[in-house]
Formats: sequence, C-alpha cells, structure tokens
Amino acid sequence: MMHIIGTWIAAGLTLAIFSFLYKDNPFYKFAEHLYVGVSAAFAILYTWAFDVWPMLVEPMFYGRGAASAADRWILLVPMLFGLLMLSRWFPKIGWLSRWAIALTVGIAAGLGITGQIQGILLPQVAGTLVPLTSLDNVLMVVGVISTLVYFYFSIAQKGAVKVGSRLGMIFIMVAFGASFGYTVMARISLLIGRLYFLAYDWLHLVR
Amino acid sequence: MSHIFIALVTLALAAAPVRAAGAPAAPAPAAPAFFAAGLTAADAPNDEGRAIDLSWTKAPGDTGGAAVFRGYQILRAEQAEGPFAEVGFAIGGKTSFRDNVAEGAVHYYRVRQLSAAGAAESETVGPVRAAAQWFDASRLNVLIVTVLLAFLLIWYIERAKKGEELFIRKIQGLDAIDEAVGRSTELGKPILYSFGLGEIRDIVTVASLAILRQVATKCAQHGTELLVPNWDPLVMAAAQETVQQAYSEPGRPDLYKEGNVSFLTTDQFGYAAGVDGMMLRQKPGAVFLLGYFYAEALLMSETGHSIGAIQIAGTTAITQLPFFIASCDYTLIGEEMLAASCYLKRDPQMLGSLKGEDFVKAALIIGFAALAVTGTVGVVLSRGGHGGLASVFQAIKDWFVTA
Repeated sequence: MMHIIGTWIAAGLTLAIFSFLYKDNPFYKFAEHLYVGVSAAFAILYTWAFDVWPMLVEPMFYGRGAASAADRWILLVPMLFGLLMLSRWFPKIGWLSRWAIALTVGIAAGLGITGQIQGILLPQVAGTLVPLTSLDNVLMVVGVISTLVYFYFSIAQKGAVKVGSRLGMIFIMVAFGASFGYTVMARISLLIGRLYFLAYDWLHLVR
Repeated sequence: MSHIFIALVTLALAAAPVRAAGAPAAPAPAAPAFFAAGLTAADAPNDEGRAIDLSWTKAPGDTGGAAVFRGYQILRAEQAEGPFAEVGFAIGGKTSFRDNVAEGAVHYYRVRQLSAAGAAESETVGPVRAAAQWFDASRLNVLIVTVLLAFLLIWYIERAKKGEELFIRKIQGLDAIDEAVGRSTELGKPILYSFGLGEIRDIVTVASLAILRQVATKCAQHGTELLVPNWDPLVMAAAQETVQQAYSEPGRPDLYKEGNVSFLTTDQFGYAAGVDGMMLRQKPGAVFLLGYFYAEALLMSETGHSIGAIQIAGTTAITQLPFFIASCDYTLIGEEMLAASCYLKRDPQMLGSLKGEDFVKAALIIGFAALAVTGTVGVVLSRGGHGGLASVFQAIKDWFVTA
C-alpha cells in the first residue's frame, strides 16, 4: 500500500514539474517549493550525520576513529573554524567568519596549483608531444597551438595572431559540437527514464 | 618375423608387473628448492612510510598456469624467527608485492612458492622498516614547473607594480556587463547572478566573485536590485561580503539587502528549480551565470532565454559550455572567466599574473611546435638507423609524465 502511495506522489510531483513546460503554474510552484525545502532539510541532516558527527564529534568526544590523543586535539582547529563560520549569525562579530572563508580559499588555491600542474598541465603537455607522422597527430598539435593562441590575452588579435586565434576558435567549436551531441543523448536517456517510470510504475502501460 | 615381435612384446608386458613388484618404489619428486636467492624487501620509495616493496626472481616452475603453479604467499613476521603469517598473495608470473604496513614498525619477510610439486619457502629477509620520505622524487617535474610558474608570476607582477603598461585584449562577454546592467535599469527589472554549483575552493568561483563585485558596484550606482541565489553556504557568505562591500564603494550601502543574496539548497536540481522559479516570477532583465555548472546549466539558461533576459554566462566546465553558447547572448569560455577579474579591475598585481600566464602559453606554443618537428625528424632518422634524436624526443616527453 505504501509503495502505491509513494508511486502516486512521485508521479504527481513529476507531472507537476513537467507542467513547467507549458508555463509557470501553482502545481509547479508547489513542487518547486517542496523540492527546495525538502532538499535543504536533507542537506542539513546529511551534513550532520555524515560529516560533523563521524568526522568531528565521534573522534573528539568518544575517541572513535582517532588513533591518538594528538588526532583528537587537532580536531579543535576545524571545530574552531567551523564555529567562526557560525559567527555570521551575530552581526557584531560576523567579520570572524572571513577567517574561515580565507582559510578555505587559501588552502584551495595552494592545493589547486599543484593539482592542476600535476593532474592537467603536465599530462596534457606529455600527450601533445607527438611526431607529425599521422593526420591525427597533426590535427592535435595544430589544434592545441591554435587554441592556446586564442587564449593569449596580452597581445592584440591582429595579423597572424588573428588567424591562429580564429583557427583555435574553430577547433574549440568542433569540440563543443561533439560534446553537445553527446550530452543531449545523455539527457534524452534521463527523460526516457522518467517517462518509463510514469508508464511502467504508475500507469502500468508497459509490461 | 611379425610373430616373433608380437611374442617379445607380450613377454615384456607379462614380465613388467613382476619386476615392478620386486623393485624399490621410485622416489616422489622432491619439493623444489626455493628459487630466490634474490628475494629483497625495501622501504617503498616516495611515500609517507606506509609500505614495503618485496621483489623476487621468477621460480623455474612458474610457467604452466594456475594448475601447475599457484603463486606466491607473502609471509610476514615481527621477529626473524617468526611466527610468520600470510599477509598477501601474488599469482604466478608476478615477481613483486607491495605490503601496506604501519610506519616505523620492523618486519621480516619470506615468500612461499606453491606449485603442484609442493611448497618451498625462501630465506628470511629483514629487518626492514617503512619510513616516510620528506620529498617525493617522482614529482620533481611538478616542483620545477611550479617554481618556474611562481617565478614568472612574481616577475611580471613586480614589473606591473613599477607602472609598466600591460595590454589585455578585449573580452566580449565582459564588455557586455555595462549593457546588461543598463538594460535592466531601464526596464526597472532586477538582475540575477548565479555561481552554479561551484564551491568556494574552486578557482572559477573566486574569479566569479570578482565579476560579481563589478556587477554589484554597477547595480549600486544605478540603483538596480541584485539577486544572488546560492547553492553553497560558504559561497553565499563570500557573496554577501562581496556585494555588501560593492554597495558601500559608491556610497549606497542603504541599497544592500542581505536577503537578496540567499541560500536555496545544496541539491542540484532543487537549486535549478528554485532559480528557474525566481526567473519566472521576478523576471530579471539580465541573468549572469558565471561559475561552475553541471547539468542544471541548460535548465537555467533556457529559462533565462524564455523570459527575454540578456544572458552572460561563463564556466570552465567544458561539457556545459556548448549549452551556454547555444542559449546565452555572451559566453566566457574557460580561461576567459579567469582572466575576467584582471580585465575588469585592471589591478597591476592581477595584470602581472595574467602576463605571466601568457608567457607560459607562449613557451608552450614554441615548445610544442619545435618538439613536433624534432620528433618527426627523429622518427624519419630512426628509420635510417639513427635513433639518437628520437631517443632525445622520447626522453623529453617522458620528463613530463607524472607519477
């Protein structure tokens, strides 16, 4: 019985969201607000249950997962910065939250630089160093060079630079076209999945 | 003649059991002596002290597949005399094993070969201790490139600080910011700005915050309402700070409304549904979609298009850029987003960093072209028996391969 009720609710909400294709209407508004509210509440519970509790409260106050006392004490640092974020609730000391944001951005920048160099820049350089012994290789080298010319910002796009930049844009657009088609196919498969739910689970039209 | 042969064979067969019964039994094949004088155990290099590498020479019988040769048991003990316990297994054909251990503990190892003929153990090797290395030598190339990049950036930033004029080419989408804000102001409509699903640690989100500041400043100057729905609470906090500061600069802090820079939800499609609803009901005159986007990109940009808003989008998400190009008026592609903050602010420090990045691009362009020619000539020469240049090319290529 609960399964049937759940299917009817899911089908009704799916149709309410699909009604947006016609125009904004009360059914869509209801589904939208319900979705936003439920997902926000779920996110809070998820953060508590899967981040704060197992990664901070349990090891710090119950010693679970902490190898040593030092492991427990070090958790005071993220706890402090987490509390600083909550200072936004109090306008007089709200500026303290900037420290936590600054720390997060700073760490991300540091990790990002080495991550990008190791994970993207060097492998792409290694992959582009090929002899021009096939059409594939020629296209790849010319494509990479001309795309780099397009993203060269500190020189005016005139003459040879303009030609290189235009060629780079053509390569970029060809790549985007391929990506577009591929992603559209993926989206259609999502739509098919939803229509299948309506036809099979709800209306039992498909056996 | 054939009768004699048959008779001899018959006699031989008849006699055979008699001889076998009277002779001592043939000895069973002895278990093979272990192959490996060559078993070695050493601390795994370039790690944080959590592994020991074992290697051995292949057993002579390790050729016939699993039915004949099962593989190698890895045995470990805390003391040389044992007791040894199995900590891993390597199938036939393997000659190495990485044992994950605790840092600092002493271990002794043996390897036991298991074959149809029996089992045999190697001699004990050890003691061996896993230790952490301060420097990961396999990432030396990453360090060199990082230091070079940092040097270039600092060099150009210093030059820019000294007042050197640094040119930046026109970026179409950014020039349209004024047009978008102006149009919204004329129509008396708000402006909607979204970071997508970018987190505060994403570089593209940081770049987008710089653009938001510019947009917010213009909104404050024109008295236009700015809506910034957020997916990430931390980005929301940073956006609130940015917008508040931007409204203060032209002396209009009174126009800043904290509720306009709000949190929606951390659910991807919940966020898209919420932003779409805002677009439909508040009908912004301009929509800025600048940040990191996933599948919600098209849902949001299509809705913006349907309400007739001028749309400026930008992301480094390659799979979403085609959708923005198809549905938005202006699109900032990849690094154009990151260059935006320099372009808008014209701050010497930022201009210097952009110039430094461009120097790297120039080096790459020249390097790719030169090495492509070198590699091609190397391949041609190697066909004639002169492989020196091809080897040099391969060595350069290998240097860029990361661990």
